[in-house]
Amino acid sequence: MNHPTKAAEFLSDGANAKWHDETLWFVRDKRDSSSKTVPEWEELRDLASRIKDNVLDYLDTYLLEFEKNAKANNFHVHWAKNADEHNQIVLGILKKHQCKAIVKSKSILTEECHLNPFLEKHGIEVVDTDLGERIVQFLNQPPSHIVMPAIHLKKMAISDIFHEKLQTEKGNDDPYYLTQAARNHLREKFLAAKVAITGVNFGVAETGEFVVCTNEGNADMGVHLADVHIASMGIEKIIPKRGHLGVFLRLLARSATGQSITNYNSHFRSPSAGKEMHLILVDNGRTEQLAREKFRNSLKCIRCGACMNTCPIYRRSGGFSYGSTVPGPIGSILSPGLDLQKHSSLPFASTLCGSCSDVCPVKINIHEQLYEWRQEITKAQAANAKSISMKIANGIFAVPFAYKISAGMMRGALKFLPDSITYSGLNTWGKQRDLPELPKETFKQWYKKNRS
Amino acid sequence: MVQKKQIMSSRDYILSKIRNTPRNKRPLPEIPDFKVDGELMDRFKRSLLMNKGGIVDAKQLEEFIDSHQFKKVLSLSEEFRSFANMDIPSDAHQLADLDMAIISGQFGVAENAAIWLEERDMGLRALPFITEHLVIVLEKDQLVSNMHEAYERIGKGASGFGLFIAGPSKTADIEQSLVIGAHGAKSMRVILM
Ligand code: SF4
Repeated sequence: MNHPTKAAEFLSDGANAKWHDETLWFVRDKRDSSSKTVPEWEELRDLASRIKDNVLDYLDTYLLEFEKNAKANNFHVHWAKNADEHNQIVLGILKKHQCKAIVKSKSILTEECHLNPFLEKHGIEVVDTDLGERIVQFLNQPPSHIVMPAIHLKKMAISDIFHEKLQTEKGNDDPYYLTQAARNHLREKFLAAKVAITGVNFGVAETGEFVVCTNEGNADMGVHLADVHIASMGIEKIIPKRGHLGVFLRLLARSATGQSITNYNSHFRSPSAGKEMHLILVDNGRTEQLAREKFRNSLKCIRCGACMNTCPIYRRSGGFSYGSTVPGPIGSILSPGLDLQKHSSLPFASTLCGSCSDVCPVKINIHEQLYEWRQEITKAQAANAKSISMKIANGIFAVPFAYKISAGMMRGALKFLPDSITYSGLNTWGKQRDLPELPKETFKQWYKKNRS
Repeated sequence: MVQKKQIMSSRDYILSKIRNTPRNKRPLPEIPDFKVDGELMDRFKRSLLMNKGGIVDAKQLEEFIDSHQFKKVLSLSEEFRSFANMDIPSDAHQLADLDMAIISGQFGVAENAAIWLEERDMGLRALPFITEHLVIVLEKDQLVSNMHEAYERIGKGASGFGLFIAGPSKTADIEQSLVIGAHGAKSMRVILM
């Protein structure tokens, strides 16, 4: 199913869609206030972007340095070409330890590898321990946002599923009450687990250490109580020096939630006595993306989610409408690289307003890459009389020429223009929505003029 | 060629794919000195309150412990040894019902109230997470301005585990309502000495 169809589904619950839109904008707003308390914010973004440029230019060198140091720190280092190999490595470690149940903290990479269904097929119980992830796991759903996995759900829905799974009081939807129920439930799991899996936010080549950031403390509760820690890391997560963490940790939480820093920033340098640590370095399409010069920059992403929170389409269509592990603007440039056929509608799920690029802490030119993908896709489909892109990109996006102009016009007018597009019935995202009080005449005039 | 690829290890395959990609040679940027002049203590306190942490003195801590009649209190801080009634166990699982841990932090960061801890400050790595309430003792003159200074200060230290902790455990996963006390400590108090 393509993005517009699924977006229409999301919008069929108008009240929920409105809540979603406003809540994410609120998070974006917190990011703005928080970043403004740092006078050197723009300089930090520039530094982060340049550090990552250097990382991508010398990725092989840094990976080797990282591997060497990590091994010296007594980590077992594994390499996985793809999702399947990654999953097999995890399974192998679990088998070696005769482990039937694991706890896992938030890791977008393991989602990308579909590790949970794979392990479950092999009779292993996987417990996601991030509260939002546990909620969506109970509901058999994937996360709808990379930082706020359950942002698509209202608290009564969470109350209902907790009543069913954790025997909480029926109808009690108090967030504190529900969180405490999850805390007690997951405590037991932490205390019982022999193996814990985490993702990696940053791997430091210079020291061979890696850093995991959480607010809940679930990654640490898992790994410090287990005997074995498995950390899955995308090869692009490398940074050269420990000192660079200063730059990235200042940017990450402020961009993600508006906090001045994530609550727990754990630096894993070597296993405690008698324990075992495994680090899996995963490619899964990253080297291919590296080879696509126009899209290489997308590998700089530190998964803060800011581009989602600000995106007028993401806010109004929900994470599931993208049908990819990483949704939103960054997902729309990463996913086509993994499967162009499946994700061909995603680069069109954008107004090209450029707000994503404006907030991105590592300065990825997200909207430009969306535009590039549109061209690639249109080229790929050119042989067809009625190209996929034409069918999907109804309304304004039916005219490739319009992308460029619309991007220029929308820049700096984000507050108004996306509304005028999405709510005016020109395209699917706005279908169920009311017309804005003051339609933007200038835009409509422009549209009329340019339609032919 | 195909044959060769098949026997190549995944490691070599990934590395060779990277090497075969033409790339630029952009240098690493220098990180300038972002030091902010001004009062570190005020900034640290403000940041801590924003993170929902608290500042207490020894007397307030004693009252807090008394009023809750905590059964298990552990202190790795010499100054507060008298508040404790147990020692650090050998296995972290024995900390499951720990009411309070009092530990010493190495230094704090004014811009975000993050406090740096290393393995030796925690006894067991699980300690600052598993305890119901956490108290960190920090010396007043052990504050730095920002994260750049913080990493300068950590330098080449090689503790097996290091942690920047900035407040009590928290989540906003249910409708973005902030709840304190997700999986880790439900409160974090700092004593400035
Ligand atoms: S692309 Fe940029 S803004 Fe989006 S998640 Fe990645 S780092 Fe954050």
